[in-house]
Amino acid sequence: MRLVAQGLACRRGGRDVFAGVGFEVRSGEILELRGPNGVGKSSLLRLVAGLVDRTAGDIALQGGDEELTLPEQAHYVGHLDAIKPPLTVLENLRFWGEMLGEGSVEPRAALEAVGLSALAQFPAYTLSAGQRRRLSLARLLCAKRPVWLLDEPTTALDRASRETLYGLVRAHAADGGLTLVATHDDLPLQARRLEMRRAA
Amino acid sequence: MRRVPDRSPRNMLQFANPTRFMTFSARLQPWLWGSAALVLAVGLYFALVASPVDYQQGQTVRIMYVHVPAAWLAMFCYTTIAISSLGTLVWRHPLADVSARAAAPIGAAFTFLALLTGSLWGKPMWGTWWVWDARLTSVLVLFLLYLGLMALWRAFDDPARAARPGAILALVGFINVPIIKFSVDWWNTLHQPASVFRLDGPTIDMSMLVPLLIMALGFTLLFLALHVAAMRNEIMRRRVRALRVRTASQLSLAEATAS
Amino acid sequence: MTGQIISLFRREVALATRAGGGATMGVVFFLILVALMPLSLGPDLALLSRIGPALLWLGVLLATLLGLDRLFKADWEDGSLDLLTMSEVPLALTVLTKTLAHWVTTGLPLVLAAPLLGIMLNVEPKGLAVVAFTLLVGTPALASIGAIGAALTVALRRGGLLVPVLVLPLSVPVLIFGISATQSALIGPVPMTTPLAVLAALSLASLVLAPWASAAALRLALE
Repeated sequence: MRLVAQGLACRRGGRDVFAGVGFEVRSGEILELRGPNGVGKSSLLRLVAGLVDRTAGDIALQGGDEELTLPEQAHYVGHLDAIKPPLTVLENLRFWGEMLGEGSVEPRAALEAVGLSALAQFPAYTLSAGQRRRLSLARLLCAKRPVWLLDEPTTALDRASRETLYGLVRAHAADGGLTLVATHDDLPLQARRLEMRRAA
Repeated sequence: MRRVPDRSPRNMLQFANPTRFMTFSARLQPWLWGSAALVLAVGLYFALVASPVDYQQGQTVRIMYVHVPAAWLAMFCYTTIAISSLGTLVWRHPLADVSARAAAPIGAAFTFLALLTGSLWGKPMWGTWWVWDARLTSVLVLFLLYLGLMALWRAFDDPARAARPGAILALVGFINVPIIKFSVDWWNTLHQPASVFRLDGPTIDMSMLVPLLIMALGFTLLFLALHVAAMRNEIMRRRVRALRVRTASQLSLAEATAS
Repeated sequence: MTGQIISLFRREVALATRAGGGATMGVVFFLILVALMPLSLGPDLALLSRIGPALLWLGVLLATLLGLDRLFKADWEDGSLDLLTMSEVPLALTVLTKTLAHWVTTGLPLVLAAPLLGIMLNVEPKGLAVVAFTLLVGTPALASIGAIGAALTVALRRGGLLVPVLVLPLSVPVLIFGISATQSALIGPVPMTTPLAVLAALSLASLVLAPWASAAALRLALE
C-alpha cells in the first residue's frame, strides 16, 4: 500500500496555505509533518482526510480497498475530540466503532489499550482533558483503517500516555499501516520528516 | 481510488477572468444605460400620456405599467441568481458568485416596488392599502426569500466563504418558488371564492399591451445596466479586500523580521 | 450500512433524551404559545374553536424552529461532523438519519401534545384527531426543510437568529396545505384527500431532496 501525493495546494480565505506539497508513504512507514505554526500542517492532514478541498495536485492510496475512498480508509485525530459528554465512555467509543468500522472490533479491548477500561461505564463528562485525549486515541483501534492522520496527538498527554501513543503507532506500523503525524515534539518514532515551508 | 475532480485555476474558462470582464463591461455599460433610458422614455410616454384610460379603473390603470414590469423583474432577478448559483456550485465560476450577489439587492428592490405599487393600486380598487390577493402574497413570500438570501450572505465575514452556502439557499428557494406560487393560489381560491378583480385580466387591449411590453423591455434593460454596474462594484470591493489582506500580512511579516 | 444508520439513530435519540438534550423544550414552548393565544385574542370560545386548528399548526411550526440550531452545530463544534463525513455512510444519508431522529424526539412530541392543547382551545374531538393526523403527515417536511437552514448556518456564530428567517418562507407551502387539509376535513368545501395528498407529497419530496442540500452545506462548513 502506498499513499502518493503530488503538487498538493490548498487555498483558504483568499490566501495560499501551501502549494506544491508532495510525499509518498508506504506500508509500515511514519511521516512526520514539521514546520512552524500556520504553515499548513493541519490543513494538509484535513485535506488527506477529505475535509478540505485541494486547489491543485493529486493524492491517491494505491493498493487500498478499491471500493472505498481515501477518507473512508483513514482515521483522523484532530484538535477536537468528538466526545459526547452525556454518553458513557463505552457508548462514545462503540458508536465510532460502528460508524467508522461497522463494529468489527470490540471496543473494550481498545479501552484496555489506552488504560480507560475502569471508566467504561462512566459518563464522558467525568473525564479529565488527558483522559478525553486517550479516549479519542482509542478510536484508532475500534475500527481497522490503514491510514492514520494524527494532528498534534501528544497535546494534553502525560508521559505515560505518550508512551501508550507511541506504542499504538509502532504497532500500527508493524501491522503494515501508514501514519501521518503533525507535531512540534521530537517523537521517539522511526519516522521520515516532511519539512513544510510558508507558501511564497 | 476515486478522484476529486481537478479544480485548478488553469481549467477555468477563459472568460471567467474578472479583469477581462472589467474591460468588456466598461465598453458595454454606456450602451446599456443609453438603451435603457431610451426605451423607458418611450415606454413612459405611451404609459402615462398616449395610452387610453381604463373604462373601469380610470387613471389608476397607469400604475400597471410600473407594477407588472416590476413583478416580472422580481422573478427575472431571482432566476438570474439561481442560474448564477448553478455556475458557482457546478463550475466554481468566480464571476458567477459576483453576479448572484450583485443581482440580489436589485431584485429585492424591484420586488419591493412591485409590492408598493400593488398596494397603491389596491387603495382605489379595493379601498384598502393591502389585500391578501394571491399574486401580491406570492410576491411577498418572494421578497422574504430575497431577504433571507441577503441575510445569509451578510452573515459571513469572508465573501468567498459565503458564495456556496448562498448558492445552495438560492437554488433551494428557486425550486420552492413554483411550489409557493401553487400553494398560495390554492390558499387564495379556498378563502376567496368570490371573484376579485385581478391585477392582470386575461384579455388586455393592444393599446395597453404595447406600452406594457415596452415598459417591460425598458425595465429589463435597466436591470441589466444596474446589474453590470453592481458586478463591477462587487469586483472592485473584493479587490480592495484582497489588497488589505495582502498588505496586512506583509506588514506583520515586516514587523516579525524587524524585531 | 443499515447497522451504521441504526447506530447513529440510537445515538441521536440518546443525546436528545438525556440530561441537557432539550427534547421537552419544544413542547413547553408550544404550551406557552397556545396559552398566549386566548390572552391576545380574548377568551371567546366560539372564536378559539373556529381558529383553533390553525393556531395549533402555527404553534407547531414555530416550536419546530426551537431545536434546529443545535441539530448540526453540536457535531460541528466537537469535531464529530469531521468523522461522520469519513464514514462509509453517504453524508446525505447521515443527514436524513439525524433529521428523522430529530423529528422523533422533537416533532413527534409536538404532534402528540397538539390534541391535548387543542382541548384548551375548545377544538371539537374530530378536529383534535384531524389536526394530530395532518401534523403527523406534515411535520417531517418541516424538520427536513429546517435541517437545510441549520446546515447553512452551522459555521456562523449567530446562526440561530438566521435559521427562522431562512426556514419560515420555505415552510409556507407546508403550512398552507397542512391547515387546508385540516379545514377541509372539518368544514369543506374540498374533499380532504386533495390537500392531504399534496401535504404528503411535500413531506416525502423534502425528505428525499432536502438532505442533499443540507449535506452540501455541511461539507462547506468543514473547510
